Amino acid sequence: MSLRAGRVKGVSGNLVTVEFDEAVSQNEVAYVRLGDLRLIAEVIRVRGRYADMQVFESTAGIRVGDAVEFIGELLSVELGPGLLSRVFDGLQNPLNVIAERHGFFLPRGEQTEALPRDQVWEFAPRAAAGDRVLAGDTLGVVAEGIFEHRVMAPFGLAGVAEVAEVAAAGEYTITDRIAVLRDASGEELDVAMLQRWPVKRPIRCYAERLRPTDQLVTKMRILDTFFPVAKGGTYCVPGPFGAGKTVLQQLVSRHADVDVVVIAACGERAGEVVETLREFPVLTDPRTGRSLMERTVIICNTSSMPVAAREASVYTAVTIAEYYRQMGLHVLLLADSTSRWAQALREMSGRLEEIPGEEAFPAYLESVIAAFYERAGAVRLNDGTVGTVTIGGTVSPAGGDFEEPVTQSTLKVVGAFHGLSRQRSDARRYPAIDPLESWSKYGSIVPDGELALARHVLSKGHEVQEMMKVVEEEGTAMADFVVYLKAEYLDAVYLQQDAFDPVDGASSSERQRHVFSLIARILGADMAFQDKDAARSYFQTLTQATRDWNRAAMEEDSFAAAQARIEAMLSEVSSDA
Amino acid sequence: MRKVYQEISQIAGNVITVQATGVGNQELASVEAPGFSSLAQVIRIEGDNVTMQVFSGTRGVPTDAEVRFIGHEAQTPFSDDLLGRVFTGGGVPRDRGPALDEDLIPIVGPPVNPARRVIPRTMIRTGIPMIDVFNSLVESQKLPIFSVAGEPYNELLARIALNAEVDLIVLGGMGLKYDDYLFFRETLEEAGALSRAILYVHTAADPVVECLLVPDTCLAVAEKFALGGKRVLVLLTDMTNFADALKEVAVTMEQIPSTRGYPGDLYSQLAARYEKAVDFEGAGSVTVLAVTTMPGDDVTHPIPDNTGYITEGQFYLRNGRIEPFGSLSRLKQQVNARTRDDHRTIMNTMIQLYAGFRESQEKQSMGFRMSAWDDKLLKYGELFETRMMDLAVNIPLEEALDLGWWILAECFAPQETGIPTALVERFWPAEAGARGVETLAEAAPAE
Ligand SMILES: Nc1ncnc2c1ncn2[C@@H]1O[C@H](COP(=O)(O)OP(=O)(O)OP(=O)(O)O)[C@@H](O)[C@H]1O
Ligand SMILES: [Mg+2]
Repeated sequence: MSLRAGRVKGVSGNLVTVEFDEAVSQNEVAYVRLGDLRLIAEVIRVRGRYADMQVFESTAGIRVGDAVEFIGELLSVELGPGLLSRVFDGLQNPLNVIAERHGFFLPRGEQTEALPRDQVWEFAPRAAAGDRVLAGDTLGVVAEGIFEHRVMAPFGLAGVAEVAEVAAAGEYTITDRIAVLRDASGEELDVAMLQRWPVKRPIRCYAERLRPTDQLVTKMRILDTFFPVAKGGTYCVPGPFGAGKTVLQQLVSRHADVDVVVIAACGERAGEVVETLREFPVLTDPRTGRSLMERTVIICNTSSMPVAAREASVYTAVTIAEYYRQMGLHVLLLADSTSRWAQALREMSGRLEEIPGEEAFPAYLESVIAAFYERAGAVRLNDGTVGTVTIGGTVSPAGGDFEEPVTQSTLKVVGAFHGLSRQRSDARRYPAIDPLESWSKYGSIVPDGELALARHVLSKGHEVQEMMKVVEEEGTAMADFVVYLKAEYLDAVYLQQDAFDPVDGASSSERQRHVFSLIARILGADMAFQDKDAARSYFQTLTQATRDWNRAAMEEDSFAAAQARIEAMLSEVSSDA
Repeated sequence: MRKVYQEISQIAGNVITVQATGVGNQELASVEAPGFSSLAQVIRIEGDNVTMQVFSGTRGVPTDAEVRFIGHEAQTPFSDDLLGRVFTGGGVPRDRGPALDEDLIPIVGPPVNPARRVIPRTMIRTGIPMIDVFNSLVESQKLPIFSVAGEPYNELLARIALNAEVDLIVLGGMGLKYDDYLFFRETLEEAGALSRAILYVHTAADPVVECLLVPDTCLAVAEKFALGGKRVLVLLTDMTNFADALKEVAVTMEQIPSTRGYPGDLYSQLAARYEKAVDFEGAGSVTVLAVTTMPGDDVTHPIPDNTGYITEGQFYLRNGRIEPFGSLSRLKQQVNARTRDDHRTIMNTMIQLYAGFRESQEKQSMGFRMSAWDDKLLKYGELFETRMMDLAVNIPLEEALDLGWWILAECFAPQETGIPTALVERFWPAEAGARGVETLAEAAPAE
């Protein structure tokens, strides 16, 4: 890794053109010297003796002639124990450490080690001298909070290596040598807990990729029952501003039944990250009884932080997600919002004067998005254990119009689509996922028959509602009117969920199955009413009773009582219930 | 003595290019010629070609104008002497007071470390039920008023500013009509608030590009006061003029536009300003209320659209009322759990029923026969609009919540509202109808 020099020749926004003398590589990292500051940048195009570089920090003050150092490494992150519960910027600078040093603001040119070098970890060897290992195989473990954190053979290791030596059980820092490997050519390699990995290269140290089949339960009824996500799958949440994308992600980040959650706050509001940052440490994860923060990593490059680092932030996040997958864990990556990252690509593409595609996004937008979501997946590791990375990204379409390039490119590659509608959020029907537009390719937690019935009621009810806008309610057949009321009922008591109610806010899969089977009976029942007013009033009362039910914890008496009341109401109006 | 360059090689729009060396990106320069004087800022460097945007515009600039690079980025004076004063966006006095040129601070500073922000928890009471009940305003929030030209948005801004309990008001006017500037000054003066206000005003008559400095100057000064422990309210009107000035420069620079001629970085540019709203741990806060006039009343226009994606909600001002649909305060949930137990329920229920009212109203306008339920909704909507939505209503939150219950009780049976039984038992007015909503509203007359 040789240091080579260059000189600034031009500046335009966060693009700097640099003249160089010795060979440079595409995507190599370099530092622009600005007085005492070193501003990190990445080569994104080379033309003759000139490299165009995107600078990940403000370029204010950079002059022609300023020195540039090429460092011969691609943009990389540190991987090792201690990532969990931390908050990093897009380039993996730990924000708490920076806050201790610099106070309220983020200074330029700050490069801080992501992981503390002085912390010691209780290491237990799992491999022995003479073992043969592949990249990513376990050499030993340390306890990181609630997890057994695997210390693995370097991901960049080529072929089979022989373990020459493993450290004895004991306390080590992440830079201490814990093993020596001997590769096929006899070369010896020191291994520490800490390794670096280039963010744009997927970690592929597994035996095979599996089809995502197991459900990732989010405790959100509309997701788990209607538009489920599988562990190792992908989904996207497009929606106009204020429709509820971020709230949805925040809820999922709390309740999802996964081991590790990586949150990439990409070009959105700082305040939203702060909520997570301040609340997670005091919220208990019901699965483990420990604080939610212990299973969370936050990568935060909010909208007033440097634009170019937005792109880096999603890759930093996915690399950390893949790292924990290598330990046989289930990881969920939530990226909010992928559109901001796409916009950063667009800005850079514009500065490079590339031929623009639709809405000035670069022509390669689609392949970049596809490659990102491809990094999700369920994998069987070399030792047989299964790990998954699930990716859920929000999309912020311009004007709320899903026909725009980022939404369309994303829809082509994801396994589930949770489209938020302005109409539903205006009517405060939260979560505002459109039940007629959204889809999922993954399996639900409720029986297919019940689900098909509910879907049918929803779409038929919608038809009737549309029809009633043309013909009067009077002109609508009683049977149709009841379907409409059933659809509204299903919406009010099942699709909608009060995120702020401690019970209703998180519905276990057991509860969802139980509740949904009664609701399916109601939806399927033949009901007779005197007139439409009677029908409406019946469903209003039933809605209220069911909402009360939703607020009763399953083990409480009030749960059974509410259920009994609903069942009694059902038999009042139907013969075959 | 700084080097003087006297050969402008290109003038296009409000952008000039000179050959110069040793110039830093975003550095300021002065451009002087007989009868012409302006500041300019470096926006691109290619070898020796330095391109700048000229804040006063380029009308009348000769190619041999004297260009001097100042050696730093844009700065503005900061001290307690600013209070009660009126300046241009560039910090030059607009009133008769003395020029301030000491204690300069840069107008573009680094972003706040998210790890040092705190969750906002203090509600700003406005006395306007459509805000206090339905979309509570919170200290350190950034929130625009979306409106079409002709709506009383500046009046609303001034009213909120005067009701709000803040230490300091910073007003940034961009393309402000002179009459509106006088309105703000007089209103603040009459309320005795001018001595805790600072005005940075760019009027419709001033060169367009000059308004680019206004938000940065206001926010830099506000931030500095907030670091000193002050709770500062920044009013920015109208951010659409700011965005249009950005567009003008981008077009001159031949940047490829993204949507409808606006530059692709509009989101980042607006976000860099709005994100200055902050609650500093252990110090003061900056709250930003802005006006975004919507060209053609179109919320999907790039300016309101990008703004909506950045701010923490928005108030839609339409027909002199804050619309319940579309209006949103994203921070309301940080405060409305601790006001009164029925706050959230009243907030949600009244809006859901109002949505029903709008549907019934639509059916009615098509000549459909109204069901008994439609009739209830129609009555409800009417009461809601006249008793609560009217901007003239000025009552404290608690009274507004009571009023909400009375309106509901006047129109509906409890189970028709979908309100949880427990809350109905606690809050549903016992003698509903007997006393009547009219009497209650009269007991709390609009001010
Ligand atoms: N499930 C929910 N329950 C109650 N309120 C909600 C829910 N989802 C969203 N909201 C309300 O809507 C507001 C906006 O939601 P959110 O911030 O998630 O929108 P968004 O889609 O992320 O918007 P943007 O694209 O601008 O970031 C929230 O602050 C909250 O008031
Ligand atoms: Mg959001």
